[in-house]
Amino acid sequence: MGIRTVVAHSKVDTHSLAVRLADESICIGPDEARGSYLNIPAIISAAELTDSEAIHPGYGFLAENAAFAEVVRACSLTFIGPSPEAIRLMGDKAQARQLAKHAGVPVVPGSEEPLKDPEEAVMLAEEIGYPVIFKAAAGGGGRGMRIVRGGSGAAEAFAACQSEAGAAFGSSEVYCEKFIERARHVEVQVIGDKHGMRVHLGERDCSVQRRHQKLIEEAPAPSLSAETRAGLHKAGLAAAAAVNYQSAGTVEFLVDDEGRYYFIEMNTRIQVEHPVTEMITGLDLIREQIRIAAGERLGYRQDDVRFRGHAIECRVNAENPVTFAPSAGRVSTWLPPGGREVRVDSHLMADYAVPPFYDSLIAKIIVRGDDRAEALTRMRRALGETVVEGVKTTIPFLQRALATDAFVEGRFTSADAADLTR
Amino acid sequence: MPIRRRARHGSEDAATLVRRLGKLLDELRLTEAEVTVGDMRVRVQRAAPAVAAAAAPAAAGLPDPVVIVERPGNMVTVEAPMVGTFYRASSPTAEPYVREGDVVKEGQIVCIIEAMKLMNEIEAKVAGRVAKILVENGQPVEYGQALFLIEPSR
Repeated sequence: MGIRTVVAHSKVDTHSLAVRLADESICIGPDEARGSYLNIPAIISAAELTDSEAIHPGYGFLAENAAFAEVVRACSLTFIGPSPEAIRLMGDKAQARQLAKHAGVPVVPGSEEPLKDPEEAVMLAEEIGYPVIFKAAAGGGGRGMRIVRGGSGAAEAFAACQSEAGAAFGSSEVYCEKFIERARHVEVQVIGDKHGMRVHLGERDCSVQRRHQKLIEEAPAPSLSAETRAGLHKAGLAAAAAVNYQSAGTVEFLVDDEGRYYFIEMNTRIQVEHPVTEMITGLDLIREQIRIAAGERLGYRQDDVRFRGHAIECRVNAENPVTFAPSAGRVSTWLPPGGREVRVDSHLMADYAVPPFYDSLIAKIIVRGDDRAEALTRMRRALGETVVEGVKTTIPFLQRALATDAFVEGRFTSADAADLTR
Repeated sequence: MPIRRRARHGSEDAATLVRRLGKLLDELRLTEAEVTVGDMRVRVQRAAPAVAAAAAPAAAGLPDPVVIVERPGNMVTVEAPMVGTFYRASSPTAEPYVREGDVVKEGQIVCIIEAMKLMNEIEAKVAGRVAKILVENGQPVEYGQALFLIEPSR
């Protein structure tokens, strides 16, 4: 795009590939993210010192922080992302659920308010229909959850969840919702400009997860009926419209084995897995985000968006492939895969030390094929070619996941993920 | 404000620097090269080939280089604790807090760094003599950048 870039980085990232590739770099703080990547005053200072006009927050740290987006705007800089208002509205899970409901988007049946007592818990569980799940309001990452499959047990599960939540999160608020047994995680990519134009760029299936961390993503989602797919796209656009969304964003849904779908949340940022959508649409989503932030028009309508073939992404993490324990260290060898329709997004280079401070993601391998079978074969070949020495990686796990019948047949669900990562 | 390009070799270690200088020596067929980076001085020296050797086949090669790495003894560096603009004085008309050669006390203000319109006073961590001021007044500085070299008093 011919735009000069400045990378604001922490001390340990001074030798990172991003710093090497940027036109300019500026160190904003120590290794710990609190003093650097989460340090709003330091980031603003760096932007001012380098005469930057806009800030792209990436996909971690401050990407979904409404206060940061507000400060950026107040300092007459441009935040490359949605408005602080949209971030705030969708960041509050209870409010997001209400917004979706009002927009006619189906949500997972459940309690709107925290449950008061065991009697209420039993009543609601019966009303929703088993199985149900009790969740701590302040919980996350699978902690503080109890599944009840029927008959008795709801009262007990509620009480256990409540005391666990109180002890672990300091808030004993507990919600109850329908537990979707064999759920697929399907998300809709939406994109809108500042002139009221908004389109969807199809969906992605991200059902291969471990503890709510996505590991493999693909687009389009396999084995969906035309009706479910169209419904998801429409619901995604409706949720985005509810907050007047103006950038690239993702609306996440659970899809049950009968093709019913339920809104879970909206991610008000670019996502790690955005390349799979880029591969099948031919659009550069980061470029689109920058254009939109600059006030440009989308320049295409829904009918103009074309989908070409099938794409799969595998996330390679510096982790033990069996225990998933982080594996920081020096990478002695890095041989990325290559060839037609293979894309690798990575900050690795020979002799690079994977720092223990941040995310364990070290590479994203993305492939495209004319159909799903071709993409799958190509991904197997690409993973087999990849060499990372010096740190352990999740490549063996990814290869196992791709080889399961459920994945090959395009019917991988949360239940298969639980089996695979047990 | 002019955009500053951070010197990429600013934080290279001695070994890397020596290797680079060694290569440069070969490439330019020099006998000696010296470079100072921050508080580190690296000199790579090679004995000049004897006149007779110059006529010898290239395979004979050049003599092994001598490498000298010097770090000024016990200098203490005052580093920028934040990203911002470096000022040597409290206002454009005021006298600088310190000059090279001045003796400072521990905790004495040596400069200010302006960040987000706030003036942050930076103190000397040790008592001693200001041996070198490494940045210009009004220059942008990044986190961890060396600002002063102080020779501690004993």
